[in-house]
This record gives sequence, structure tokens and C-alpha cells, in this order.
Amino acid sequence: MDWFMILKAFIVGGIICVIGQVLIDKTKLTPARILVAFVTTGAILGGLGIYKKLIDFAGCGATVPLTGFGNLLSKGAIESLKKDGILGALMGGVKSAAAGISAAVFFGYIASLVSKPKIKKQ
Amino acid sequence: MFFIKPIESNEDYQKYVDEKTPNSPIWKDCFNAFWVGGLICAIGQVIFEICKMRGVGETNCYAIVSIMLIFFSAFLTSLNIFNKIGKFAGAGSLIPITGFANSIVSPAMEYKSEGYVMGVGAKMFTVAGPVLVYGISSSIIVGLIYLIFNMQYISLV
Repeated sequence: MDWFMILKAFIVGGIICVIGQVLIDKTKLTPARILVAFVTTGAILGGLGIYKKLIDFAGCGATVPLTGFGNLLSKGAIESLKKDGILGALMGGVKSAAAGISAAVFFGYIASLVSKPKIKKQ
Repeated sequence: MFFIKPIESNEDYQKYVDEKTPNSPIWKDCFNAFWVGGLICAIGQVIFEICKMRGVGETNCYAIVSIMLIFFSAFLTSLNIFNKIGKFAGAGSLIPITGFANSIVSPAMEYKSEGYVMGVGAKMFTVAGPVLVYGISSSIIVGLIYLIFNMQYISLV
């Protein structure tokens, strides 16, 4: 087990979350907007090739935050674009993020089925 | 006589609002976000290392990490535990992929009473929908810009 890598993941992941926390406290953006901003930032940084260096450095510290999800989308788009041209740009993003999206939809659906409905406070 | 200064411009109003809204203790929030967010990423890295030791390829390892974290998050949300963590950690549990899963499960649970199709099925995507729309759209735009700078890849089929 690579303990140094785990420590790096802890620190980098923590810093990315602190950036989000500062945005919440200082700008009054809603959580949905912050998630959108993080995904878009990740996609752009992934397209520029910067995010890959962060992943090489911190592993899951960079892939687990939502910026990593954005990076995965644009990385997939670029990779399949090299194979299939313009068609690849449309196919690749979702294909590479398919595991995450499908898992979120499926587990989310199951979890909401088995849970007791919350009683809304009036 | 004591007059209340009338609020005339937008800036004055903004100043007034800033004075009245309570300041959240930002250092404490940031500290909590740091260690909870870091811990989630570190758990992800531990899962990654275990998968790698078992000889799974690197791309699949990252996928397994996402799937497992999403599973834990959905599970904890359905038990109402995740919302408590979220209140304590703020962005620490929102920014990692756990927050994405929570944003799917939480409205789905809340609107269960409105039925399984338009309640659970539709409301699941109140937060995740925009994330997917902007994520996918920006990835396609990034791809097209990449294509402009690397013309050798242009082909329609």
C-alpha cells in the first residue's frame, strides 16, 4: 500500500473542497451552481491537459472531486475523437463517464425506493 | 431627531444586506471541509490501491472507486446519515462524487410521494441534471476546440 499517495490524495482532495467551501461562504452561490462550475472547470482543465498532471500527482485526490468527473468527460471526448473524428467528440465523453453516471442513477433509484419517504416540515 | 437613512442605490442595499446576514465562521467551515473532503478522497485512494494490488487496470480502478463511493453515499443518504455529514462538512461532502450521488438520492426520496415516474424519476435530476448538461456540453466543446488545433483528426466517419 502506497501510504504517501494516500496522504497526497488527502491533501489535494481537501484543498479542492476548501476552494468549494470558500465559494459557498463568500459568493452565496447555490450548491447546484457550484457543482456545475466544478464540472465545467474540470472539463476545461482536462482539455488543456493540466488536470492529468494533477491526477498523476494525487490520484484519487484529483479524480474523486467533481472536477475529476468533468476531466473524465473531456478526456474521453478527446480520446475517441482521435479514433472517430467529429463523431468521437459526441460519443467519447459519456462513454468514459458511463460507470459513474449509471451507478449514480441506479444506486440512487434503489436507495430512494428502499428509504422511507421523508416527512416534509411545514 | 434621528433619521433612518433611506436606501437609495443598489450598493447601499447590498451593504445593508451584508451587515444583517450572519457571517458563517469561514475558518471552521474550511477546516471541516478540508478534512472530510480529504478523508473521502483518501478512502478512494485506499480502494484504488487495493484494486491495483489485485491487478485491475488503472482506468477500471478509478471507475471502481467512483462506483463504490457513489454506492456508500446513496446508502448513507437513504439512512438520513449523509445529510448530517453534509451539514457539518459543507463542501467537504458536496464536491467529491459523493455529493453528486447525494444530490440524486435526496430529491428522489423527498418527492417519492408524488409517484415513481414524475416524483422519483424526474426529481432525481434536479441538481444532477444541470451537472450532466454542463459537463457533457463543455466536454463536446472542448473536443471540438481540440479538433480545430489538431486538424489531422478531422474525419466524419
